[in-house]
Amino acid sequence: MLHMFKWKTDEFSWVDFTIDVLRILIVLAIVVGSWNTLSEGRISFAQWVNLFIAGLSQGSIYALIALGYTLVYGILLMINFAHGEVFMAGAFSTVFLAEALNRTGFLNQSPVLAILLMILFAGLVSMTVAILLERIAYRPLRGSPRLVPLITAIGASFFLQYTFRGLYGSGFKAYPQVKILQGALQIGSINIPTVQIFVFVSALVLMFGLYWLVERSRIGKAMRAVSENKEVARLMGIDIDWVILFTFGVGGFLAGSAGVINGMFRPQGVNFFMGFIPGIKAFTAAVLGGIGNIPGAMLGGLFLGVIEAIGPNLVLAGLGIPGANQLKDVIAFTMLVLVLIFRPQGILGERLSEKKA
Amino acid sequence: MKKTIASFILLSLVSVLWSPVSAQDACTDNLGCVIVAEDEPIVIGAMLVQSGAVTYLGDDSLGGVELAIMDRNGELMGREIELVLEDSLCSAEGGQAAAQRLSADPTMIGAIGTNCSSAAQGAMPIISDAGMVMIAPSNTSPSLTNEDVASGGSHLPGYFRTSHNGLVEGMRNAEFAIHVLGTSKLATVHDGDPYTEGLARVVADTFAELGGEVVFEGAVNKGDTDMASILTEIAVYQPDIAYVPLFEPEVNFFAAQMQHIAGLEDTVIIGGGASFVAGFPENTGEAAIGIFVSGPLVTGEAYEQLLVRWEEEYGSSPPSGYHAHAYDATNLLLNAVETVAVAGDDGSLIIGRQAIRDAIAATENYPGLTGSLTCQEESPFAGDCAPGTALAMFEITEAEVYDDNWPPPVFWSFSENVSE
Repeated sequence: MLHMFKWKTDEFSWVDFTIDVLRILIVLAIVVGSWNTLSEGRISFAQWVNLFIAGLSQGSIYALIALGYTLVYGILLMINFAHGEVFMAGAFSTVFLAEALNRTGFLNQSPVLAILLMILFAGLVSMTVAILLERIAYRPLRGSPRLVPLITAIGASFFLQYTFRGLYGSGFKAYPQVKILQGALQIGSINIPTVQIFVFVSALVLMFGLYWLVERSRIGKAMRAVSENKEVARLMGIDIDWVILFTFGVGGFLAGSAGVINGMFRPQGVNFFMGFIPGIKAFTAAVLGGIGNIPGAMLGGLFLGVIEAIGPNLVLAGLGIPGANQLKDVIAFTMLVLVLIFRPQGILGERLSEKKA
Repeated sequence: MKKTIASFILLSLVSVLWSPVSAQDACTDNLGCVIVAEDEPIVIGAMLVQSGAVTYLGDDSLGGVELAIMDRNGELMGREIELVLEDSLCSAEGGQAAAQRLSADPTMIGAIGTNCSSAAQGAMPIISDAGMVMIAPSNTSPSLTNEDVASGGSHLPGYFRTSHNGLVEGMRNAEFAIHVLGTSKLATVHDGDPYTEGLARVVADTFAELGGEVVFEGAVNKGDTDMASILTEIAVYQPDIAYVPLFEPEVNFFAAQMQHIAGLEDTVIIGGGASFVAGFPENTGEAAIGIFVSGPLVTGEAYEQLLVRWEEEYGSSPPSGYHAHAYDATNLLLNAVETVAVAGDDGSLIIGRQAIRDAIAATENYPGLTGSLTCQEESPFAGDCAPGTALAMFEITEAEVYDDNWPPPVFWSFSENVSE
């Protein structure tokens, strides 16, 4: 432990020392807060499990969106801050399809088919938006300093928000409830809502689908090659522009799918602004897991979801902090800081080619 | 030729400089005057939410303002009325920026807005310093009309509102919970906005004064979608009432997720005016059935006509419940201009800034869409023009959730149950 402080070396640095103290304080706060809460026993075991599962479901949504950030970063070293709006585009557009399916009764007569149809539609809408973004806003800027596409992405984010506001209005919409997802699975005293199982399983299927695509398919190999070295990939006969476009499209499809899955999980709050906060959270998740790293984005999303669900009641309430639930984001972003202090490359590590690193 | 050009320029300069100076000279108002030159429009502003999650609130008020102007054929005293719209967001910074932009225009008489109380807190000092007026259609935070800084008041001259005071709403809500529903344990949840926080505070204090027990006071963030954490915390105390004056969509998430939390099966939700929105029942789903929402009670033939005109103009129904308040606010401002404007010798209109404030403050029994409006001067109601009793407690039923019925039936009218 002592070697961390470098007391007796010539390399003593106040910055290192401060970071070390910060590390200890944060860990101490987490331990003391958790100990106090658990020893009070106000919240039952079943309630903790419910919070954990709800957190996993929320985290699955973050993970699906985070994959879009991480895919684009992996291939272009660019943060696509408009990705939250790509998620919104699919979710907002599909709410009208969902309403129509509900009105005709198809949604509850053939729920599996209806949900698949919605996922496909949302995925295609988001994919189209993501592809247009790449083609119109980002491709002309390829090769310019990294700040330029970043600022463009922020501008594109606002553009998309207000385009969809113009298209669909500023009011809120909600996904209709699907009866098949309304029940709950009872295991002892633990009650797991069916919709949360659906969210987790659907997200896992999509995530593994993506993993297979990137690791096992021919186009995945091309994506990895472009990520490694664009020029060499070009010399190998890979169409770089096509691969980058494909990557945006895949990220968009996942974001659109996440929009529908989110609509089943949290049906309310669908409007033009709905992508902003999930976008920021998903970006955080991607950084947590190690940006550019696909399994890292998945893990980061799940980790963030669980921490947000459990953290306020476990740590902050235990420390006697009033309004603990209002500080949910503090917990999430403190975790980000903590992970970056202990492991700057993220939980699973930032995956960069030797040249980029 | 050179002489002619020089004379022309000199004459133009003199005429340009001379006319406003003469009008300004005629101004005796201690806050100065707005001089509207001949053929120039009368300029009023609007500081409304135009971006972010509660844009619907801004759109709702903007419709009210526009319809009030249209009802005058876009003219006042033979001049065109020009509306300058600024986005006040739903934050103090947004209100501050909007007020800065409007007050930079010397022809700006006053503004309708803001929507959110937080934005009003940012805008009010600037509007007041500029000698302008602002009439808010949907601010309800008690602090905005309270002059006592020590008790959290922030009222400054020039601020008026046609929306009700949260103090009145909060007290009535607590009375409703205790006397009508017969409950004894209360939990409150706000989102840090002065509106929601102020309302939750008043309800908690009144509930305790009336003999109830406040078992939980907590908060969420604007933008939160996952309420499981706070609901689990609330469930520990098993309150009879959850008082949740949150905006959409947080209130939808709260209500929808509460039905899945063990221990809260018998807890009744009471929402504030922020959830008095036509889309709230449908967006929340069956979880909305049985929720009580306090909100403005606007009735009457004139209001029905406004709704018809809204439908004609915008092709939909108003997205929130404060459009009539915005309509009334606009009329208060334009009526004040009509009352105090004096014609100058050069054909200009001279409008005293203090005179505008005085004219609005003198409003008494004005027959607005929202009721009979009388502006008060005494803190903690300084600038309050709304009839405090034009409020009611509504109960969301199946008709609102499944059949698009709106507004819901009145469960308890504040005007019929006024307490001292």
